[in-house]
Amino acid sequence: MRSPTTLTPSPAEVGAVPGSGLAISLRGVSKHFGETVAVRDLDLDIARGELFSMLGPSGSGKTTMLRLIAGFERPTSGRILLGGTDVTHKAPFDRDVNTVFQDYALFPHMSVADNVGYGLSVRRVPRVERRRLVREALERVRLEQFTARLPSQLSGGQRQRVALARALVLRPTVLLLDEPLGALDRKLREQMQIELKEIQRAVGITFVLVTHDQDEALTMSDRVAVFHEGQIEQVGPPAEVYERPATSFVAGFLGAANIIEADQAADLFGRPELLSIRPEKLRVVQERDVVDAIAVSGVVAEVVYSGPATTYIVEVRPGLTLMATRPSAEGAAHVSAPQRGDVVQVTCAAADLYPIPSNTP
Amino acid sequence: MFHLSRTTKWALGLVAAAILTLMYAPLLLVMANSFNDAQISSWPIESFSLRWWERAIESQAILDALWVSVLTALGATAIALVLGSLAALALQRYSFFGKNAVNLLIILPIALPGIVTGVALNNTYKNILEPIGIHVGFFGLIVGHATFCVVMVFNNVQARLGRMNPRLEEASNDMGAGLWTTFRRVTFPGFRTAFAAGGLLAFALSFDEIVVSIFTAPPGVETLPLWMLNNMARPNQQSLLNVVATVIIIVSMVPVYLSQRLSRDVSAN
Repeated sequence: MRSPTTLTPSPAEVGAVPGSGLAISLRGVSKHFGETVAVRDLDLDIARGELFSMLGPSGSGKTTMLRLIAGFERPTSGRILLGGTDVTHKAPFDRDVNTVFQDYALFPHMSVADNVGYGLSVRRVPRVERRRLVREALERVRLEQFTARLPSQLSGGQRQRVALARALVLRPTVLLLDEPLGALDRKLREQMQIELKEIQRAVGITFVLVTHDQDEALTMSDRVAVFHEGQIEQVGPPAEVYERPATSFVAGFLGAANIIEADQAADLFGRPELLSIRPEKLRVVQERDVVDAIAVSGVVAEVVYSGPATTYIVEVRPGLTLMATRPSAEGAAHVSAPQRGDVVQVTCAAADLYPIPSNTP
Repeated sequence: MFHLSRTTKWALGLVAAAILTLMYAPLLLVMANSFNDAQISSWPIESFSLRWWERAIESQAILDALWVSVLTALGATAIALVLGSLAALALQRYSFFGKNAVNLLIILPIALPGIVTGVALNNTYKNILEPIGIHVGFFGLIVGHATFCVVMVFNNVQARLGRMNPRLEEASNDMGAGLWTTFRRVTFPGFRTAFAAGGLLAFALSFDEIVVSIFTAPPGVETLPLWMLNNMARPNQQSLLNVVATVIIIVSMVPVYLSQRLSRDVSAN
């Protein structure tokens, strides 16, 4: 991959994005910490109004990239442009960018209202105007009745929303969010994913979100960049990155995937190339009922029930297993459902076998 | 924690009580004797009076010494607050060549015997500064005290800064605040109780210090402890000594108590 076309959003990808032009451009950005290379020669364009995710495991460089954009770190080489202006050597307070920190970094000695009003007061916004903006921002995150509280008197979810209000009240062109939902429990996280997306749509500000949670990235983003060892392996809309992973790393990192090496693929499907297929695209049947394009027989090695779905691990060759997921709605508990040890057919449409273009970015 | 048996608890309690009594009984004796009417301290006290307190308040020498002690402690504390905080910020927030050495050099005066610091400063004042026309005078005494007072503020502030979230300063920066505004509105409020606690300790330490004072006080200038030392040998002053000692005990104890409370309030937060 790494063709420039995948890195620059095409008008179709950006879609009905409000405003126009680029919010962020990174040109050959590298960041070294001593011997360690955190970010390696990175090029990236993020459009105005986009909700863009940087997804990757810890240590993949995504947080460093966020801190470079915010200005907390200076790149070892390369240029950072915000709205077309070179800000590579500008301090954080000279950049039209605000950050929501992973641990929120609320000022512990200030009330919620003072936290949210901090940036406005630093910028000498008159008191009356400041009060109005703070109230609006707190209403947007539904915290208007908590103005006098101290951060220590709030729950995790409330703190998260104060941090969001504090950054949004300054109306930056870009809002950076570092694992914004990482500290919340699962239910609250799912709720906040939707809420964040709604807020982003309402304010029309470019959001750049750093996350290691692939569900979060897929659910919320207009586009996702998958980071691996300081480089971007793939950039694109969630569906494209998920359905057509550019590398086996992307295929493996985003959800479960069966990654089949070329020699095995030749043996199983008669296609000598690196293939990836999502477990939900594979069907496990007792007998070949429909004339599927492709079928491989095997033995059920394990049945894993997880509520909404059941995963079958089927050994199709000695030492080679395929994962197939069947939604519970299809009747996992049905009598005819395959059991451990059953001989079954694993089938799929030929089109669902996706050849991974390259294994090295 | 180990679970202690009832007997062990009693035994340990008794030992602790005995040790604390041994430590504080002499101090209490001094304080009680300051109210003893008798010319020569004696036990048990036969009649109480405020005679010696009145005499002390009338004594110009004691009042002068009190004033010198207060001024010295305030001066040394002021220096300690500024230098201690700046040093703590530098060592906690930045890395530079020789950082560990600087850290050690700042803390060292608290470990150095006062007599070494005192003699060294005295030599410097007399043999180096005076020949080139610099007469440090009273300021020399303040600087002498500041050497160990700095450590109090430095230690307190550095520990607090270490526990502060460095993202707070970044957040302030991010929202448009420069270095000074961030310090004034975020960093300083974050360590101000440690700052105050360190300052109170510094004051207490300076107020009852004697060894460095002996070598750095200019001629004719006496701190309260120096006045005590100079009057130890005079038998008819003994009751007055009890009064001065009581004043020193109280003035040193109160800041230490307040400093403890300040530190506790924050850790409870």
